[in-house]
Amino acid sequence: MQPVIEINNLTKTYGDTCAVDDVSLAVYPGEIFGIVGPNGAGKTTTVELAIGLRKPDAGSIRVLGLDPQQDAFALGERIGVQLQQAALPDRMRVWEALDLFASFYRRSVAWQPLLDQWGLGDKRKATFASLSGGQQQRLFIALALVNDPELVVLDELTTGLDPHARRNTWNLVRAIRDQGKTVVLVTHFMDEAEKLCDRVAIFDQGRVVALDAPGQLIKSLNQGSRVRFTAPSGLDMSWLQEAPGVSRVDLEKGDVVVHGNGALMAQVAAALAQRQLMPPDLRSEQANLEDVFLAVTGRQMEENHAYAA
Amino acid sequence: MRTLLKMTWMEIKLFLREPIGAFFALVFPLMLLFIFGSIYGNEPNPYFGGRGSMDVTTPGYIAMIIGTTGCLSSPITLSLYRERGILRRYRVTPLNPLAVIGAQVVVNLAITALGIGLLTVAAHFVYNVAMPEAPVAFVLAFLLSSFSVLSLGFVLASLLPTARTTQIVGMALFYPMLFLGGGGMPRQMLPASMQRVSEFLPLTHVNILISGLWAGEGWSLVSVLVLVVMLVVGLTISARMFRWE
Repeated sequence: MQPVIEINNLTKTYGDTCAVDDVSLAVYPGEIFGIVGPNGAGKTTTVELAIGLRKPDAGSIRVLGLDPQQDAFALGERIGVQLQQAALPDRMRVWEALDLFASFYRRSVAWQPLLDQWGLGDKRKATFASLSGGQQQRLFIALALVNDPELVVLDELTTGLDPHARRNTWNLVRAIRDQGKTVVLVTHFMDEAEKLCDRVAIFDQGRVVALDAPGQLIKSLNQGSRVRFTAPSGLDMSWLQEAPGVSRVDLEKGDVVVHGNGALMAQVAAALAQRQLMPPDLRSEQANLEDVFLAVTGRQMEENHAYAA
Repeated sequence: MRTLLKMTWMEIKLFLREPIGAFFALVFPLMLLFIFGSIYGNEPNPYFGGRGSMDVTTPGYIAMIIGTTGCLSSPITLSLYRERGILRRYRVTPLNPLAVIGAQVVVNLAITALGIGLLTVAAHFVYNVAMPEAPVAFVLAFLLSSFSVLSLGFVLASLLPTARTTQIVGMALFYPMLFLGGGGMPRQMLPASMQRVSEFLPLTHVNILISGLWAGEGWSLVSVLVLVVMLVVGLTISARMFRWE
């Protein structure tokens, strides 16, 4: 299958910093492809190179078979982009923005259904400045779809949205894919990437450190499962180590975290009950993409935030 | 072309919704006309060679309108569009970037022409200021002046990093040009030394050019030359230095 995006040995340097360092990846038609990693990992730069906003220092990029630098106009017709840092004039109204952007393209879709679909139907006449952050975000997504693009690029789509709005947005992104479009999703939320993406490239310090389906990446960790509960005050819990199936017991921010295999939850619950302990928040946890990040980089995502700031 | 028209119409609407820009281009010149007209009237005055105060200052107000839209409104708008990422958003569409600039130029000319029209009509009916002697030449002078001052404005938008600095530098250029170039008081009232200084300011030449054509005295070739040179230099610099982000 011909890839929608094909990047080979891409490099981009700013002064002494190598923002993108020998990145290669391919995005295939009809998938939601995640570019994930901490802030400053080179995600946005990679995407901006791919859509022709920046010029690469080395390496090759083909998007929909086009060179983003040389065929910028032809590519612009066929992609839709929601940028992390973008704005519209304060006094431009929602309908005016869609009407204006539709006029930029040779082919465009009716924008009223787009407004309804993205929950802006009653905001038609509102000015850009009067919209909330989430509404502005959704307007930019609607603008990214107005030319019925083959490839949709969404950069930090749900930043600033409340949990309910985030889940709604995820469903709408799935709906974009189900229309047959390819979606590239840039995000620093690992849970978002895990739930939404068919495949992810994990970025760290300008490099791709892992690339596969989220489920595959997690499975390859071979981490078994975890059980977590609030540590009972004043009690030493290290005896849990002796319970069947348990490999390790950690204390993490006031939680006891029990690592192990097999029917770990049942084993831990039984061991606790034997000592008359019934922690009300006893819960089972699966390995996730954050664990993958930890495994491949040796660092926690949060540590990396502080590092990037 | 359809895009350019749509963009231009959009920018006209945005301009009119922005009260400050519309005020300085359309209302403020009328205010000045009525304030100074009430103070000085427009009786023939030997000091102005038999013309009235308002006959002499009205071209100065026209220069002021050209200065305020070209040196302040347009460059501040462009700077703001760049600073906030509006140009960036346009760049990921097939839109020709020149349409953004083109729309700014057309809006600038339209608003400036509207401001000049309002002022000229008011001056004529309220203070009996004669209509321009050579209307076609007057329109050509208006176009040359607007393009020239606008190219200076584009230089500001190209070289300065933020809308704020563009605004401050634009004002620092505009106000001396306004007061020394005949927008505040007739240039004839300035001391000879300041009249010399004012000849180095572009807006003075807009005023000289328009005053001359208004009074039927023909083209001031020196002023035409100054404005053409400024236009060429301004376009060259901004074409090389303008950044979309």
